[in-house]
Amino acid sequence: MADKYMELVNTGATKKLAKLLGLPRPPRLRRYTPDSPLLPGPVLVLGASARAQELSDILVSWGLDVRRHDAGEAKLGGILLLLEELDHPQSLSPIMLSAGRALRQLLPGARVVSISRPATAEDDPALAAVRQGIDGAIRSLGREMRGGSTTNGIVLEESTSAVSPSALAALRFFFSGRSAYIDGQFLTVRNDDGALPDDFGRPLAGKVAVVTGAARGIGAAIARTLARDGAQVVVVDMPQAGDSLAKVANTIGATTLQLDVTAPNAAQQIMDHAIGRHGSLDIVVHNAGITRDKLLANMDAGRWDSVIAVNIASQLRMNEAFLAAKLPNLRVVSLASTSGIAGNRGQTNYAASKGGVIGMVRSSAKLFAENGGSIAAVAPGFIETDMTAKIPVGTRTVARLVLPSLMQGGLPEDVAEAISFLGSDAAAGLNGQVLRVCGQSLVGA
Amino acid sequence: MAQQSVRNAVIIGGNRIPFARSNTAYVDASNQDMFTAALEGLVARYGLQGQRMGAVSGGAVLKHSKDFNLIRESVLGSSLDPATPAYDVQMACATGMEAIGSLANKIKLGQLESAIGGGVDTTSDAPIAVSESLRGILLELARARTTKAKLSALAKIRPSHLAPSAPGTGEPRTGLSMGDHQALTTQAWKITREAQDELAMASHANLAAAYDRGFFNDLITPFNGLSKDNNLRADSTLEKLGKLKPAFGKNLGDEATMTAGNSTPLTDGASVVLLGSEEYARSHDLPMLANFVDFEAAAVDFVHGGEGLLMAPAYATARMLERNNLALQDFDFYEIHEAFAGTVLSTLKAWEDEEFCREKLGLQAPLGAIDRSKLNVNGSSLAAGHPFAATGGRIIASTAKMLHEKGSGRALISVCAAGGQGVVAILEARS
Repeated sequence: MADKYMELVNTGATKKLAKLLGLPRPPRLRRYTPDSPLLPGPVLVLGASARAQELSDILVSWGLDVRRHDAGEAKLGGILLLLEELDHPQSLSPIMLSAGRALRQLLPGARVVSISRPATAEDDPALAAVRQGIDGAIRSLGREMRGGSTTNGIVLEESTSAVSPSALAALRFFFSGRSAYIDGQFLTVRNDDGALPDDFGRPLAGKVAVVTGAARGIGAAIARTLARDGAQVVVVDMPQAGDSLAKVANTIGATTLQLDVTAPNAAQQIMDHAIGRHGSLDIVVHNAGITRDKLLANMDAGRWDSVIAVNIASQLRMNEAFLAAKLPNLRVVSLASTSGIAGNRGQTNYAASKGGVIGMVRSSAKLFAENGGSIAAVAPGFIETDMTAKIPVGTRTVARLVLPSLMQGGLPEDVAEAISFLGSDAAAGLNGQVLRVCGQSLVGA
Repeated sequence: MAQQSVRNAVIIGGNRIPFARSNTAYVDASNQDMFTAALEGLVARYGLQGQRMGAVSGGAVLKHSKDFNLIRESVLGSSLDPATPAYDVQMACATGMEAIGSLANKIKLGQLESAIGGGVDTTSDAPIAVSESLRGILLELARARTTKAKLSALAKIRPSHLAPSAPGTGEPRTGLSMGDHQALTTQAWKITREAQDELAMASHANLAAAYDRGFFNDLITPFNGLSKDNNLRADSTLEKLGKLKPAFGKNLGDEATMTAGNSTPLTDGASVVLLGSEEYARSHDLPMLANFVDFEAAAVDFVHGGEGLLMAPAYATARMLERNNLALQDFDFYEIHEAFAGTVLSTLKAWEDEEFCREKLGLQAPLGAIDRSKLNVNGSSLAAGHPFAATGGRIIASTAKMLHEKGSGRALISVCAAGGQGVVAILEARS
């Protein structure tokens, strides 16, 4: 249905009609394939940073055509805004206005990415003003973008350099088709941890990854994406879903583990299987989740408790066991939801569990770092799955077209790409992050 | 000649689809569908995608003529390397046991590094043959060259020819069904209705408990919407079982004790077991649950009344124990296939019987009694069901896992079969 609409408003006579009527015209998003170019055209680098030259050299080494200060009339694949040295709101003007002039030259699927510093309460007021102002400017620019182009930002905590592994990895991620459905979002690089992969096409080579809830939907997409990126995958789901799980496994060369994640020994079974069969456990994706929607007035204990048990309590218990086992460099990525941020009618239980995931991720970052590991969460917005296909058509259309800047629902693959990135060693410096994959939906802003 | 030393054949794991009572969840599934599903679940569990296995062997008891190469066709429909050789075996209900035992022998001899054995059966999608007279006419029609000859062949068909001849469970040489045969044996060994009902109830209770503790999580992959054996009655009680009317041996009148509750129903399903050499398991980081130590087949003359149809395992066990210098009591688990509760109880009673052991098994002393708490501890065919050729794979995989969980000891497996045959086996835990 979404595809059909997108087809109608983007092709032939119906495209003209749609334009005439002012109908929303969802753009086709530029999605990642292993052989596609990083950006659809040259990148314009604006602004100042002590690392500007080094950064430009790296972009060139990534095969990009880099323009400094002025792109002339060239069509552009992206704009990089170096904003880390700004110290007053007035200093934002030349860079932003230069970027504004270049916007008309952007190709479909282009990327605008900023690099800035966080505003803190300890900062001088003018410094804090410009830094916080960048947040508003970037999010607003995201809403102005067309043709499936997006705007995102990288925030470097004080000690971190713009060429640290995670800053570069985040930049590459935002440039690439992997971030197709991520818009108006910031990733904060905490430190210089992490390592860039030898081969950006197979960033998870040699890793053993476990994905729970992998029998269908987003979980199956995550498993496929991790396998494509080079990981040996273990797919986990309820024994009752074992047949779909086996199909997923047999298409990507994974092994299955039929397991209820709420079982007291779930973590032990996962470790036994991953380490016993494949030699290590490097990445855990806590994707298994359920919904039991009801207005709170009609909510019974069964609905409330089962959602909490599966969506968050099981993860807390498993993480505790993983931490106790002191697995080296373990990267955990959890599925949160924009419902856990913005709330959603009839989902008090679900939102409590998904908000809980966010709280857990932020508080667990330090614990995982002790063994060289990290934890992060991805919060999907409206994703086209069997589950969202059951939402009434009116609500679904609004969710797809009106709420996100990108005027469409995301695909399970969009969530999977973010998870694969946050589960990679390159993302170690992003420990504790929550990344929304929502097409810049109004929900959860 | 001194016995040549052979290497170990290890059981790595198994997989089956849930067993379904005939004409329920799997009515639309063929033997090939089910065996392929069992195979695919195994491939997924052990990461065998694209691997060339040494051999895949198995079979079905009820097989369509189009399924002449059933196991090979299933392999071609699976994620295994299409260069994996495969062959069909048929030994009635012992098909799976025979397939797995033979593969284990080839591994022991160094002829195979890895193998998958198993079986499948459906009574829902059973082959139906035309009557012999109609078959004759159809063959004549096929041979006819002229229109006149064709018409003359067709003209011979009479309405009575159209009645299909469906396969039954009757023994071709006696005309008696398996249940009626066992009813005679049950009566001869004076097995009470109560003892049979108690065994049936224990089977259901044990199987239900095994499901509850997740025992089957790595042994079963759902199929066609079924994730549990649908024959299982967790709420089965002696009272309910006691109310059932006799189903077999009805001519025995008041002495008929075999009911639908203490007999296994017709069932559809498939099972497979992954075997390998120690080197194969190690090099692929696969678990080693148990050694397949030995197996033995026997047959009895049930046609002339020399022995009950399903008593062959009693003979096979005696011979296998002697060859391995073991007593009947040297086991930690006993898996005696519950074709009927009466079969299990008759077999146990025969082993305890001095006269039987002396005269029929040629032993000086009876094999003796077993510790009944070690018998079919996770349920057996009465609760799970019995898709003929698939039963061996179900038992071998479950037993290997039980031994591995215990960490030591050995198990005796016994499976009876139509035609007066039976296959028994010994498994040994890998610590």
